[in-house]
Amino acid sequence: MIVLREVRFAYETPVFEFFSWQAATGEVWTVLGPSGCGKSTLLLLLAGLRLPQSGEVRIAGQVVTRPRPRTGLVLQEYGLLPWATVRENVALGLRIRRFYGPDGRHAPREFSLEPQAVAERVDYWLARLGIAPLAEVYPQQISGGQRQRTAIARTLALEPDVLLLDEPFSALDAPTRESLQLLTLDLCAETAVTVVLVTHSIEEAAFMGQKIMVLTDPPNRRPVLLENAHTPDAAYRRSPEYLAMCRRLREALQ
Amino acid sequence: MSDAASRRFNARSLAWSALALLGGWAALAILVHRPILPSPWTVLAVLWRELPGELGRHFLVSFYRVVASIALATVLAAPLGLILGQSSRLDRLAAPFIYLLYPIPKVVLVPIVLLFLGVGELPKIVIITMILFFQILVLVRDAAAGIRPELLLSVRSLGAGRRALWRFVYLPATFPAILTAVRQSIGTAVAVLYIAELFATRYGLGYYIYVQGNTLFDYPRMYAGIVAMSLLGLGLYFSVDAAERHVCRWRSAD
Repeated sequence: MIVLREVRFAYETPVFEFFSWQAATGEVWTVLGPSGCGKSTLLLLLAGLRLPQSGEVRIAGQVVTRPRPRTGLVLQEYGLLPWATVRENVALGLRIRRFYGPDGRHAPREFSLEPQAVAERVDYWLARLGIAPLAEVYPQQISGGQRQRTAIARTLALEPDVLLLDEPFSALDAPTRESLQLLTLDLCAETAVTVVLVTHSIEEAAFMGQKIMVLTDPPNRRPVLLENAHTPDAAYRRSPEYLAMCRRLREALQ
Repeated sequence: MSDAASRRFNARSLAWSALALLGGWAALAILVHRPILPSPWTVLAVLWRELPGELGRHFLVSFYRVVASIALATVLAAPLGLILGQSSRLDRLAAPFIYLLYPIPKVVLVPIVLLFLGVGELPKIVIITMILFFQILVLVRDAAAGIRPELLLSVRSLGAGRRALWRFVYLPATFPAILTAVRQSIGTAVAVLYIAELFATRYGLGYYIYVQGNTLFDYPRMYAGIVAMSLLGLGLYFSVDAAERHVCRWRSAD
């Protein structure tokens, strides 16, 4: 599904050099690393919001040269429109698609949604993320966790085949974070979406990832890749496998 | 950001304050007891009698001049502000010019504008437009530049290209700034209108006030003109204020 081949990318200093990696359809990857290691840059490259200076990023066989309509992105800072209600925010991606029509660049070519169908789909995702009662209020009136639910609903309403999450739960308190982690894993399993979640938290990387990539100091050439015998439920958090994985990740970071 | 959103009074206290001011005027008129300060009741009676006739025509001319200036200034300044707010390179070029021109009191340019543009409506509209132009330009530029980069990234990731960013982010983000700029400059605009209407015109409230007071010595009519001009300013201020609060419902929601 995702293939990076010899990607080179630098701001002032190189972040990735001849960096190759791939992820298969439906895999849930977590990318772990300290701040400044380039993990957010990796996500922007996958999202098509930054382009590699050499090498290529391919998703579903296509070289990524611009944001792809079927790639969803969720950021730590939610990125909600402050002047739009929760419902309008969830509908935003669908409205943008209707704005352009199914041109294959901004919206998938087979995309066609009547206003009625948009409303139904928005209602579905509002309910699925548990924010239907908040549909008519503004983002500043709701908690961080509810804002992130809104951002996730907005992204999943576009039915992405790749979902990119950048520190999505870092700003949330522990109980909110753990319930959203579980919900996200559930939703991803339901939709068979390929997931790349970037985090600086060892616990989150170990809990969320079927596979884990560890990045350290840039420039990154060859990432450390780990398989995680993970089960997406609350019990896994107390299992010896989980604790062992946390220990391995801690060592990999040093 | 908006003082309109955080105002601490309601319609009733506003009505009481207006009555108190009228009472103060009436008391002062009794104390002074000279033709140059008629009582408010005399003036309001004249206003009531004259408004359907001559005074009404002057009012409409002045109203047209202010509204045309606001429209022209918005059409010229808002797109430019949006462009400067989006491009830091262009903004760096334009900023020193704006910095130099913004604080110049445009009202001193009235004689020059009249010399170049002669009699008629155009010079009056141009003068007021010049004042509003910079206010709107600066506020819209800052509003567009203040849009958080995470918001732009996440909306782009939903498939938005340049056109959709304008439609769904830049326009709604800067519309309140236009209203704020217009509201803040209405007082100045009406003051400058008065000065502009002293020259080379036979219509407008400025002309009316001047002729009644200094040529015909009809003080009640002069005061009726002053009240009409105040009502023009107040009416515009209230309209824009109401529009602003309607557009910015999300700011006052809690």
